[in-house]
Amino acid sequence: MKRIFIIILFLILPAKAFALIEVDITRGNLNPLPIAVSPLSIDENSRQNFQKILKKKNIGIEISAVVEKNLKTSGLFNPLNKDAFLQEPDIANLKPRFEDWNLIKAQALITGKVNFVDDKLRVEFRLWDVLAGKEMMALAFTTVPNNWRRVGHIITDKVYERLTGEKGYFDTRIIYVAEEGPKTRRVKKLAIMDQDGENNKFLTLGNELVLTPRFNPTSQMVTYLSYFRNLPRVYLLDIETGMQEVVGDFPGMTFAPRFSPDGKKIIMSFAKDGNSDIYTMDLENRIVEKITNHPSIDTSPSYSPDGKYICFNSDRSGYQQIYIMKKDGSNVKRISFGRGLYGTPVWSPRGDLIAFTKLHKGKFYIGVMRTDGSGERLLTENFYQEAPSWSPNGRVLIFYRETKTNDKGEGFSAKLWSIDLTGYNERLVTTPTDASDPSWSSLLSN
Amino acid sequence: MKHLISCEKVRIRNIDQGAIMKLNKILKNAFLITVACLALSACATSKKSTGQMQGDVYTGTDTVEYLASGVPDRVFFATNESVLTTASRETLRKQAAWLRKNSDITIVLEGHADERGTREYNLALGERRANAAKDYLMTYGISSDRISVLSYGKERPVDSGSNPLAWSKNRRSVSVKAN
Repeated sequence: MKRIFIIILFLILPAKAFALIEVDITRGNLNPLPIAVSPLSIDENSRQNFQKILKKKNIGIEISAVVEKNLKTSGLFNPLNKDAFLQEPDIANLKPRFEDWNLIKAQALITGKVNFVDDKLRVEFRLWDVLAGKEMMALAFTTVPNNWRRVGHIITDKVYERLTGEKGYFDTRIIYVAEEGPKTRRVKKLAIMDQDGENNKFLTLGNELVLTPRFNPTSQMVTYLSYFRNLPRVYLLDIETGMQEVVGDFPGMTFAPRFSPDGKKIIMSFAKDGNSDIYTMDLENRIVEKITNHPSIDTSPSYSPDGKYICFNSDRSGYQQIYIMKKDGSNVKRISFGRGLYGTPVWSPRGDLIAFTKLHKGKFYIGVMRTDGSGERLLTENFYQEAPSWSPNGRVLIFYRETKTNDKGEGFSAKLWSIDLTGYNERLVTTPTDASDPSWSSLLSN
Repeated sequence: MKHLISCEKVRIRNIDQGAIMKLNKILKNAFLITVACLALSACATSKKSTGQMQGDVYTGTDTVEYLASGVPDRVFFATNESVLTTASRETLRKQAAWLRKNSDITIVLEGHADERGTREYNLALGERRANAAKDYLMTYGISSDRISVLSYGKERPVDSGSNPLAWSKNRRSVSVKAN
């Protein structure tokens, strides 16, 4: 996979004294902001050039479709039907007739144009406040034509950030486990795709069982569990080069890996003689440290974003509960006290919340609690679901859900779903095959 | 290969610092309070008395295979448990006797969990179950270097049903001949 750097030469810092349109993302939004995404205009010469290279009839329309789908999926915006647009895209990008856009109840407008410049794709876009009749933002991107989808995602991130005041999560990828075959003999492969389900690629062939892939902070490396040669061990995979290696030299099963927030360590469980404890391995000097030392099962460790604490899953009280401790394993404290069992704690990238899976009376829930265990909030209930992973801005969770089979054991499926932290905007994330164990990357363009 | 996406400034037109700002009206009325009130009432797991379960431990023979005549290959566990039942211990004593008689044979104990638990915890639970069986075999004189342990967590159910009986068949430790 190609590594792509984004260099921001100049970024317009809008005058903050007076905010124009604002979108509040801290609450469930039942009335998303009406926004008009005018197709990016393109001159005939550029259109033909891109058609040759990208096999797309009109790349301007394609890029704006990416933006539109992103905005809609966020649940915060309501992209308006293009049939109602009165102004031509090229004219609108020069100077919108705000009365026209007001008429169709648009509150914000995105316009732009695409050019073929020195074999490159140049995309300019503008964000307009229709009610105030003002331009809020204008940026241009230049890149190789193949990056056109990413340009759409970056535009969405910029618009999202300008209107909500928080970083977006659109120029990101999901790594997950693609599943096929009967439930008793599932074939599982590592797969990676853009956040919107496009550009799906399989990273392993399915010859051995693979589970629980997780990105490192730069989203270039992945740590996961593989049953290669029937020895379940934690592996490290460089996405760019395809190089794989076993993490550490443990005389038994290692599992439940995650990176530390600085990317220098892997934290994981090591199971021996019926007892699982949490270990770290430094990727530079290969030093292994034992973090927990308890005859119970200790697993699913996840660092706080500052790296000072670790939350984890343990049954030392008799049943699965969530605990936190200092990074050296001291000051272990149980934080889940609600009814039921708790698993898969994951620390939010904002630091203030821990997402988890809860089992209570035969139902599974995805929920969040504060890091001291207070303020527990259940976001969604289902027959089976688990393994939440945070969007890089800490506003959305992606997880997987499995269906109940019928009396004959038929009808099994596993799918990825996302839900806002607010408990609203639950959505199926479409994948070419069944899917589980999703992990959300960081923002690729930052 | 690194592909740059460069971002440049484009002049913003019509910027008027002192313009009257309009607050977005939708902010004022449209939000619901975020507390997710999910009903916690869930259908209780119905305990079918099929004659194949005692408590929730499987006692039937549907899925059982035999290492040798009269030597069942697997033992079953209660939900979240790794304690061996009386029947399990009897099965393991038969396995131990068979292993003592066939001293060249080595085995892998494959530990499994049902689908009603989180993946990572179930990996640990499968390992714990297989080790419970291993420990018992060792107390009957089977050397630890003849027994290896492999947990599959919930990855390899034998019954794909989503019901208590299917789950009870899947909570198991299976002794598999390794040579």
